[in-house]
Amino acid sequence: MQLTNRSKQVSNKEMTLMERAYLPAIATGMAITIKHFFKKKVTIEYPEVKRYLGPVFRGRHILKRDADGRERCTACGLCAVACPAEAISMVAAERQKGEESLYREEKYAAVYEVNMLRCIFCGLCEEACPKQAVYLRHDEFIPVFHDRDQVIWGKDLLVEDMNNRYTREAWTKEEAHLLDQKRANGEVTNVVPRAIP
Amino acid sequence: MELTEFIIKTLTILVVFVLTLVIAMYSTWGERKVAGFIQDRMGPNRAGPGGLLQPLADAGKMFFKEDFIPALANKWLFIAGPSLAMLTALLASAVIPFGSTFRYDGVEVVLQGVESNIGILYVFGVVALGVYGIMIGGWASNNKFSLLGAIRAASQNISYEVAMGLSLIAILMMSSSLSLGDIVAQQHGGNWNIFYQPLGFIIFLTCSFAECNRVPFDLPECETELVGGYHTEYGSMKLGFYLFAEYINMFVSSAIISTLYFGGYNYPGMDWVYNQLTASLGTTTGHNIATLIGTGVFFGKALFFVFFYMWVRWTLPRFRYDQLMNLGWKKLIPLAIINIIITGASVLFLKPFITSLLN
Repeated sequence: MQLTNRSKQVSNKEMTLMERAYLPAIATGMAITIKHFFKKKVTIEYPEVKRYLGPVFRGRHILKRDADGRERCTACGLCAVACPAEAISMVAAERQKGEESLYREEKYAAVYEVNMLRCIFCGLCEEACPKQAVYLRHDEFIPVFHDRDQVIWGKDLLVEDMNNRYTREAWTKEEAHLLDQKRANGEVTNVVPRAIP
Repeated sequence: MELTEFIIKTLTILVVFVLTLVIAMYSTWGERKVAGFIQDRMGPNRAGPGGLLQPLADAGKMFFKEDFIPALANKWLFIAGPSLAMLTALLASAVIPFGSTFRYDGVEVVLQGVESNIGILYVFGVVALGVYGIMIGGWASNNKFSLLGAIRAASQNISYEVAMGLSLIAILMMSSSLSLGDIVAQQHGGNWNIFYQPLGFIIFLTCSFAECNRVPFDLPECETELVGGYHTEYGSMKLGFYLFAEYINMFVSSAIISTLYFGGYNYPGMDWVYNQLTASLGTTTGHNIATLIGTGVFFGKALFFVFFYMWVRWTLPRFRYDQLMNLGWKKLIPLAIINIIITGASVLFLKPFITSLLN
């Protein structure tokens, strides 16, 4: 049965004089390697250049704010329940008078912690969230830990920065495909690809 | 010896010594860079611009590692091995003519460590000693793999030295001199030996690959069969010396190849450049600058062959041991002997015939 056209019948016949001389074969090989010497390198130099990971990559968590800059999270704990790795923990608190501009709901998470060593980045928390408060970013992942203290991320690291808001431009495979086509056509999108994948 | 002559000589020797070391040092960087480029990678590029500080970082690492000597090893020989490898590698560059002459204060000094009239013989003697470094290191390690690697190295070097010497005899028959300076001077004016001795050149090149234990003849350090070869038990700077000696050998053999076959410091249009320089800058300065240009050309040629070594390394797979021996004894030695006969016949019959035709 023939699967591809690439297979070659092995032959045991005597080599010709050209083949036995070996030097022409070496010259061919050297020509191939020197061609690669001048080729464009495929390396993406990581810390300086980061590869675009796709619109549905599950990177690090972010706690979203709404359009007015109020935290969306209401500390219902559904994400913590949904989490198969039990990485999320939180402490709820009641919103006081005068804090309406800080928290969207009457109850909020005073402490919201994700243990980044436990997290498996499955994305079940963002699916469980009824308030669309927690997301896994598609453009950033957690950096290397140097210290045990850096493992548990609190609200200081998780809550969204209003000056640098996080948006995701595609949600499904179909949308991502459409987006890729748009980008290929040169129509501007909000995410600039940082390296050619 | 005059004082100025002595000073110039001392400076030449020092410069040659330092240059050899620096080139060997940067060959390690070059090797990795070439390897990377040939494999579509970048090579080292983090330490300094373009990775240029990489050799320093490597050396620093080597120095700070534990200088370990195995309990059952012969301590004296264990230390003598890498020292000897380094010593013999450095000795060979003494007789290479790096340029024509340097004029200062009416004294003309040859840009060569030692002006020996048996230069090429000296090179062969020293290079043959190089096998002791490997052999002693492998023996002193008290490790069967090291010993096997050392034995391989020794037999390989001895086998290929025969073919190397025979291929060289053809050159000596043409130049009728053992002095490297004379051999280079005779190649003046585009009269390079490569045009007369293409077969001899190929044999010499192949043998120098084998002598340097480079791919495709790097059987002594064949990892898949012998762990690390003769330097299995070595670490720290002693291992560094072994690796360094290999790169020095590579540079020295490249220099000798360009001396013997590619006219050394000669280059096309040399006389014209010389006349222009002496006419415009005076006989002393012009002469010296012309010499320096020749030296630059020489280093260019030698470095090209260093690059060639690396290029081959990342192209050809390693030979099997029996293939190595077959190639050495059954192909290269007969070919070298045929080359000698042809050269002898040409020198004896063809050369008078052609000269009589031309006159």
